[in-house]
Amino acid sequence: MSRHRLAAVLAATLLVAAGCGGTTKDNQSDSAGTQASATADPNAKLKEGLKIAYLPKQLNNPYSDVETSGGEEAVKELKGEYKKVGPNDAAASSQVSYINTLIQQQQDVIVVAANDPNAVCPSLNQARTAKIKVVTFDSDASKDCRDAFINQATTQGIGESLAKMALEQAGGSGDIAVLSATPNATNQNAWIEVMKTELAKPEYSKLKLVKIAYGNDDDQKSFQEAQGLLQSYPNLKVIVAPTTVGIAAAARYISSSSYKGKVQVTGLGLPNQMRQYVKDGTVKKFALWNPADIGYLAAYAGAALASGQISGAEGDKFTAGKLGEYTIGKDGEIVLGPPTEFTTENIDKFNF
Amino acid sequence: MSRKFATWDTAIIALTVLVLIIASLVVDNFGTSRNFTFMVLDLLPIILVALPMTFIIVTGEIDLSVASTLGLTSSLMGWFWNHGLSIETIIPLCIVIGAVAGVLNGFLITGLGLPSLAVTIGTLALYRGLALVVLGDGAVADFPFNYTGWVTGTIGGGAVPNVLILIVVLALIFGVILHATPVGRSLYAIGANAQAAHFAGIRVARTKFWLYVVSGAVAGLVGVLWTLRYSSARADNGAGLELAVVAAVLLGGVSIFGGKGSLPGVLAGVVLLTALQNALRLEDVSGQALNIVTGALLVLSVLLPNLISSIRGNWQRRKLRQSAA
Repeated sequence: MSRHRLAAVLAATLLVAAGCGGTTKDNQSDSAGTQASATADPNAKLKEGLKIAYLPKQLNNPYSDVETSGGEEAVKELKGEYKKVGPNDAAASSQVSYINTLIQQQQDVIVVAANDPNAVCPSLNQARTAKIKVVTFDSDASKDCRDAFINQATTQGIGESLAKMALEQAGGSGDIAVLSATPNATNQNAWIEVMKTELAKPEYSKLKLVKIAYGNDDDQKSFQEAQGLLQSYPNLKVIVAPTTVGIAAAARYISSSSYKGKVQVTGLGLPNQMRQYVKDGTVKKFALWNPADIGYLAAYAGAALASGQISGAEGDKFTAGKLGEYTIGKDGEIVLGPPTEFTTENIDKFNF
Repeated sequence: MSRKFATWDTAIIALTVLVLIIASLVVDNFGTSRNFTFMVLDLLPIILVALPMTFIIVTGEIDLSVASTLGLTSSLMGWFWNHGLSIETIIPLCIVIGAVAGVLNGFLITGLGLPSLAVTIGTLALYRGLALVVLGDGAVADFPFNYTGWVTGTIGGGAVPNVLILIVVLALIFGVILHATPVGRSLYAIGANAQAAHFAGIRVARTKFWLYVVSGAVAGLVGVLWTLRYSSARADNGAGLELAVVAAVLLGGVSIFGGKGSLPGVLAGVVLLTALQNALRLEDVSGQALNIVTGALLVLSVLLPNLISSIRGNWQRRKLRQSAA
């Protein structure tokens, strides 16, 4: 008896709730509070003693350790207090407690790589209400809950850089091939598109893109694809691999084959993986953004925000120590710049 | 026996009060009203799920699927929202779905007589898997601000978080049922000896079945609150929460073998764990060290009562031997 009554009550509640047409995705009025942006004084001096806290996606990740090491260097230059905190797991919500703690500790700047662009939003806005400047790096939070975002590279910048390196290594003319990740990898496809547009320009007219192969970001498959490219295109001069897995596999194949020295490998790679191939002459030059510079730039952006030099509005300018002058783009984005190129001269300076 | 466990509850409550006082005095920014709000929000999911979990563990069973039920309702909440249902429909619907997840647990455990540990480890994987099927790697975030704002907000913008009302009301209901009604007494009886309880006229299977339904419904509610707090419906929401809940319940003096424990102790256990983590984090203690501290505390919470009782036993035996000689 009671069970039936319970079911009836539940059903009735649902019907009533469904019938009275409450708040749905389509008719909700967005009343989220937006921040009033302060006016910036470009001549304001950078403050000393700023408390700048880094919150990476999770601790003990080698890549983000390199990023924050750049931040530590910059905070030292700024005579500020550096701190790094973070969760042990990369779950969407585990960063929130850390943000709350940083609010309580009254930091001046929080530099965060958001695990989830929205989950961190309410607390980041609470931080901003408490006059803390929020800079995102690596992966952005929603743009209405941070002051600036450090973008490591633009699609355009990477595509251009890939085309330029291919031209250099081919010696101005000849056949080139691309060894990409998967056929539907978003980043790689976007970069290849830009590369193709570049290749259509007159200065690239003697360069011929003969094939785009896909190694699926799998070491063995990439290795075999590199092998296949050289068998099908004996006149190939350069393999461009815009993926760290592909470039390492292609370099490994070339370095152990008779093509060594005749066919060049270039693209995006990690210095630690590529070091031996640069040293043995298989690879002359490859590129990637420098993760340490991301953390470095974030510290200066945060300091400029906290000192009132910039407000995060488009067109604001500030100087980021050794990296030079930066201008804030649309939606508070700051682009790090063209990727760093690694050659036999400079590769030993990088460890990541 | 019962006196010993009463002592453990009191000890945990005293320890919690002590930690709160010391932290307020020693740790900068701990005793502020904003930090109080942050702490309440951090303990909200643990404390709510711990209420039915206490009941279940008191009967000698366990429900490890709660966090996955939370993830499933969070996923579905996002899916429903994307498909144009109103939030006023979605919230009760999610609670019902949580209850249905509990019905499956309850049926497998009491209907088919399978061990709850095995069943709920299975549904832990199953519900999380379903959550991933529903929403994949994606997230739904555009929930209405008047709902997300309510969960993170405070009463009249003051020091008392809105969700504290919910915690107090539910804790009172569960506390009264457990400690002041025949149903509550029967849970202890089941946990102490299910067969004896059966012969005493208690409907053991039926009671346990409803506990799982309630546990699922509460997990569904917490799924909704979690989603609104982080304005993010995701399949991986709340992963690992079941361990935090079981840890707090055991720390609060509930016996994993059933039959013993009290709700005030459990509430103190949750507050103790949350306050300790909060204070240590404010002191910049790293995440790994934090895990070590909570882990050690849990081991101690199991070890100490046993140690005390065995020392007491030895001492009493020796006294008996002396008086005999």
